[in-house]
Amino acid sequence: MKSGKFWAWVIFIVGAAYFFIPLMATVEFSLRMRRGVHSFDAYQIVLGDARFQSTFLYSVIAAIFTIILGILIVVPAAYWIRLRLPQLRPIVEFITLLPLVIPAIVIVFGYIRMYGSNSPLPFLGSNMGANALLVIGYATLSLPYMYRAVDTGLRTIDVRTLTEAAQILGAGWSTIVGRVILPNVLIAVLSGAFLTFAIVIGEFTMASLLNRPAFGPYLQNIGANRAYEPAALAIIAFAITWGCMSLIQILSRFAPKSANRPN
Amino acid sequence: MAEPFLSIQHVRKSYGANTVVQDFSLDVEPGEFVSFLGPSGCGKTTVLRMVAGFEEPSAGKIVVAGKDITRLKPNQRNVGMVFQAYALFPNLTVAQNIAFGLKVAGMPKADADKRVAEMLDMIKLPQMADRYPYQLSGGQQQRIALARAIAPKPKLLLLDEPLSALDAKVRVSLREEIRSIQKKLGITTIFVTHDQEEALSISDRIAVMYGGKAEQVATPFEIYNRPATKFVANFVGTLNVLEGKVTDAASGKVQVNTQEVELKGKLNGSKSGDTLALALRPEAISLGRQPGRDSSLSGEISEVHFLGSVIRVRVGIGGNTVSLDTFNNSATPPPAVGEKAEISFSSGDMLVLH
Repeated sequence: MKSGKFWAWVIFIVGAAYFFIPLMATVEFSLRMRRGVHSFDAYQIVLGDARFQSTFLYSVIAAIFTIILGILIVVPAAYWIRLRLPQLRPIVEFITLLPLVIPAIVIVFGYIRMYGSNSPLPFLGSNMGANALLVIGYATLSLPYMYRAVDTGLRTIDVRTLTEAAQILGAGWSTIVGRVILPNVLIAVLSGAFLTFAIVIGEFTMASLLNRPAFGPYLQNIGANRAYEPAALAIIAFAITWGCMSLIQILSRFAPKSANRPN
Repeated sequence: MAEPFLSIQHVRKSYGANTVVQDFSLDVEPGEFVSFLGPSGCGKTTVLRMVAGFEEPSAGKIVVAGKDITRLKPNQRNVGMVFQAYALFPNLTVAQNIAFGLKVAGMPKADADKRVAEMLDMIKLPQMADRYPYQLSGGQQQRIALARAIAPKPKLLLLDEPLSALDAKVRVSLREEIRSIQKKLGITTIFVTHDQEEALSISDRIAVMYGGKAEQVATPFEIYNRPATKFVANFVGTLNVLEGKVTDAASGKVQVNTQEVELKGKLNGSKSGDTLALALRPEAISLGRQPGRDSSLSGEISEVHFLGSVIRVRVGIGGNTVSLDTFNNSATPPPAVGEKAEISFSSGDMLVLH
């Protein structure tokens, strides 16, 4: 075996051990709730907990609304920037990166000050308003991932020519976006959507400070008061995230293939 | 005179201080096939895009079938267009691509399916209905793009360098197919190309463009044989340009090097002593004296290239060089470099370039 190949394997094994040993330890620990034997007791308790079900459902619904809001904002914006305002791309890219730089706690304090019950836009004056504000906040947090995913998808197609081809065939803007652009970047949009889902499911700061019954605060609460259940929850959350990533990989195989190749 | 179907009237297009189309006017008859021919950056695609509605003219008017469409959006113009990059929708099958315009227009599904089948038969690809664009060759994709453009029965068909991305063999067969479909449907067509052979072979008329202006609009025969400007003469076909001096304007005598040529009726506006650019197509010149050719010039053979069926000869006449082709004759060896030679031509074939 060549020495280069040997060291590549060494690095791979060390990297894999770095990732998998803590994971395996967490799995092992989550199975030790019953003294002396391995069992799924911790998982049964967690999955049977009514608060787990309600908070998880709440976060799933919040994630779905966040994804819809994200698609409605990002797809037309990224499309229009590619089509008509390419000079604005660096500015928009910078703006979409801001949620990575500005901590969620800063954003949520801003929200509380701006949208309190005495403000002109009293989102926090009602439950529905607070839920809407949480979804808006999540859409902001997922913006870097959603925008990049959609923009990468748009880069793989000839946006301008496809738009013009649809226009000359009589299509209006809604038909162009709905029937030509979106289906061709659907896989990219789904990638963004699954990343958004993964972020929303585990998000703690916003949900906690806006006092929403989401999965993140529940995770924190369990983690602070129990021993084995948090490990089981961590593995469940990890499985959900990996499930989302796998779906991205599977769906990317069905992406429309580019046909614009020379003869 | 019949009303033109498409009338482009004094159209101008500027981007800031940069004017890319200057006072362009053209009338196109119903069913006519007109090509815009010119080098890159001459404004031909910009004019086409203004007709399609993708660019708004800075000045001027575009009228189709008596209706001013200058300010209409592209989707309100009922114009078909084929793009250089095919522009088939990658997520749709061939049949769905062709049906796209029909669906948008609200045609019932049964009628749309029938029309799609007709279109596939017309382009001789009925077996491709369920394929996706990435499963087709470039030539097939462009035929589908043509079918998609024609399916909604547009008033006008615009072809934006549709053959440029294809290889030479496919290009020739597809251009013949485009012309035959256009003739069969009688659809008024504008074809943009930078390939003179393409334009000459399929057009009813050609607009040769340069610097945002139409240098000449005429039939391919006229464009080739009677170019109106020096640019047209140089751009279309191969041309020998010789410098001549008018010695007697009244009798049409011009001196090339030290030899005299008589160009009756061609020196309008020239005075004795003027220097002229004279042009001769290679095929109008013969090596040696030939019957029916009333003019001749003497020179020295400077280059000989044996190309198989043809021998390309260059003859130096003073400071001018004339290129001509002669057929290979196995009984006669090719002329040698340095030999004295006489070229003959009909004075009617000599063009005076302005």
